[in-house]
Amino acid sequence: MAMEAHEIEALLRASFPDARITITDLAGDGNHYAAEVIDESFRGLNRVQQQRAVYAALQGRMDGPAGDLHALALTTKAPE
Amino acid sequence: MTDVNARIQDLIDSNDVVLFMKGTRDMPQCGFSSRVAGVLNYMNVPYQDVNVLSDADIRQGIKDFSDWPTIPQLYVKGEFVGGCDIITEMTLSGELDQLLSQKGVAFDQAAADKIREANA
Repeated sequence: MAMEAHEIEALLRASFPDARITITDLAGDGNHYAAEVIDESFRGLNRVQQQRAVYAALQGRMDGPAGDLHALALTTKAPE
Repeated sequence: MTDVNARIQDLIDSNDVVLFMKGTRDMPQCGFSSRVAGVLNYMNVPYQDVNVLSDADIRQGIKDFSDWPTIPQLYVKGEFVGGCDIITEMTLSGELDQLLSQKGVAFDQAAADKIREANA
């Protein structure tokens, strides 16, 4: 199963309405993406906490054999 | 605590650095695991690799244990440090060196500097 970039963005957008979100399809197979999420809510959180919030927003799409996404490279930070 | 949680706790208690990965340190089976194992190998960090592909209980168990959905996962002195993206960023920023120094884990400083030079 694959996911479209805009589906990932929509999931992230629901949790981070004001974030700067950039999705890049790394392999062109709908299965390997990079996502950069820059959001004020990340300020003061460490990277693990930031990425946990992103994974939570993806609602299990990354999880194991049942997940739609094999690979999502994440970059998270608060705005400069 | 369930059996698998106890096993994971024992692994991270009895090794300073533990990498839960797909495949082994010498034969990674996934690009993300390969990247983190490659960094640790190159920096000469002593670590225990745990191949989740050879143990279905650990494969799911470590995700629940860490509350983290992806593998690889790196633990240093019992503390979850992160997955592939976090380790990559920390390697390039020097934060991984800092963390290892703070925790008293040996590594090759010159090799760490070389990685950053090569990616500058």
